[in-house]
Amino acid sequence: MALDQLVMTKFGETAGEEMILNMGPQHPSTHGVINFVVHADGEVMKKAVPQVGYLHRAIEKIGEIVTYPGFMPYTDRIDYLAAMFANEGYALAVEKLLGLTVPPRAQYLRAISCELNRIASHLISLGSMAMDIGAVTPFPYALRERESINDLLEALCGARLTYNFHRIGGVGFDMPDDWMPLCRKWLDHFDRILDEWDRLISFNEIFVERLAGLAVIPLEMAINYGLVGPNLRASGIEFDLRKAHPYGAYPDFDFKIPFGKAYAGAYRGGVVGDCFDRFYVRVLECRESVSIVRQALDKFPPGEFMAPKVPRKIKPEAGEAQSRIEAARGEMAYYVVSDGGERAYRVRARTGSFLAMGIIEELSKGLMIADLVALIASLDVVAPEIDR
Amino acid sequence: MSALTFEQIHQRLAGKFGEAVGPLQPAKKDPFCTFAPARLLEICRFLKSEPDLAFDFLEDLTATDHPKLNLIRVVYHFYSYPHRHMFIAKAEVNRQISEIDSVEQLWKSANWMEREVYDLFGVRFKGHSDLRRILMPDDWVGAPLRKDYSEAGGYRDISNVRDNPLDLYLSMDRELKAQQAAAQPAAGSQSAAAPEQHAAPNPPAKPGA
Repeated sequence: MALDQLVMTKFGETAGEEMILNMGPQHPSTHGVINFVVHADGEVMKKAVPQVGYLHRAIEKIGEIVTYPGFMPYTDRIDYLAAMFANEGYALAVEKLLGLTVPPRAQYLRAISCELNRIASHLISLGSMAMDIGAVTPFPYALRERESINDLLEALCGARLTYNFHRIGGVGFDMPDDWMPLCRKWLDHFDRILDEWDRLISFNEIFVERLAGLAVIPLEMAINYGLVGPNLRASGIEFDLRKAHPYGAYPDFDFKIPFGKAYAGAYRGGVVGDCFDRFYVRVLECRESVSIVRQALDKFPPGEFMAPKVPRKIKPEAGEAQSRIEAARGEMAYYVVSDGGERAYRVRARTGSFLAMGIIEELSKGLMIADLVALIASLDVVAPEIDR
Repeated sequence: MSALTFEQIHQRLAGKFGEAVGPLQPAKKDPFCTFAPARLLEICRFLKSEPDLAFDFLEDLTATDHPKLNLIRVVYHFYSYPHRHMFIAKAEVNRQISEIDSVEQLWKSANWMEREVYDLFGVRFKGHSDLRRILMPDDWVGAPLRKDYSEAGGYRDISNVRDNPLDLYLSMDRELKAQQAAAQPAAGSQSAAAPEQHAAPNPPAKPGA
């Protein structure tokens, strides 16, 4: 029996009345200050309309006010769970404008720091997704591992969240002498943790059945709505900017692109592009990131960590450039327009979460209210990246 | 399944639409071309539906403001997953009229990005299903990313003007010094020694100086 009919038989004539509920902006499972106006009939939603902007800090406007290098710390605040990527994207765009080539050692440091940051960001996403659904135990396990990554990145660049590590022309600091063995030791440890994670939650029968076949996004819809990164790949396309349009040190590494294959299993009702695919693609990406960091440490080249000829005053010639990188929440693109001055004429940050929010109104139609929480968590949206 | 270059895509478009597609700008970094706003939808539909172009992904939609030219340029970044090529186009709109066709019917991702451009640049999109402010509050005045935008003094009785904390410190410092000067007797030898006691920011005196 369809849910609508079920409601009708249970409540008779009083059914069919629309109730409008506010979820957020201070709701623990909205992942930041986001408000959802839920139009519901009992437990079934007619639609959930996201209201964003609570965390708008006018970062694009600030980009027109400060100098090119001065904007770098602000990029950290675009996505504070994966700030390395925001750094890297902006640095790449300005380097493209300047025509700078970055030394290999700096590119490797960028790749290492980004992949570690990707694991940290995915751990938060996976842990909080499990918690939103009701499995509280995995979250502290995920946070414990993320703490180690924060410690490693702190040793590398002195900050735990807002790194300001990538600079225009290279990175801020060289790798400390004793850092590499520490990192290797942690990677060996993390391999075992990933196996443990699968036993703990990924293959937990209740968890898988809860997410199988839920809020399916077909590939065509995902592309049309502009989903990127893990959300897009979960819908069954093998596309990763690190492979499709390689940048930095990524051509040197050998890694696979995980994509949605109905991991929940057809007998449980798993469909390509359901919530469990979005969950499990991230778990697999963590494994790939570990492999990339290992390869980068093995091949770590000597040399400079900063391009030798970075001008003190950065004044690119008039023109425009766009950089596209594969961030933790999918494609992040910086579009920087220069008019020849010391300050950018326009800085635009295209982020994955912003458009992932746009799909929620369409997807929420006919879902239960409890499923909305799973949907938001599976899309891995964070408020600062939406609002900028 | 073959990627086309910018030039090849531009040639296809120019061959089909003639003058509605501007010349390829020899921009130093990323080349782009302009579309005539009147035929924007038509060209975009062609970009999306033609099998060898197949731009199924509207990667980015934003704008730049040019008050001296009295123009707002709406910037479109297209990408094709089947062919893995991209294309950049701009459509120029008058700053006063600032109205252009919405491409939401072709790419749903345009819905939120056009709302953002409407919010921050004040460009209205004809045919948009839900054109509301998205990042700023609904009753906000002005388009913040326009170059000539100046903030109002506040929003809903919340002032956005803050005193410079340094001014506060300096005025406190002046007051303190005035109080000290008033408390000191006007004798010559003592008043010469007094400032040194309170002048903390001064470097310590060199030994033997």
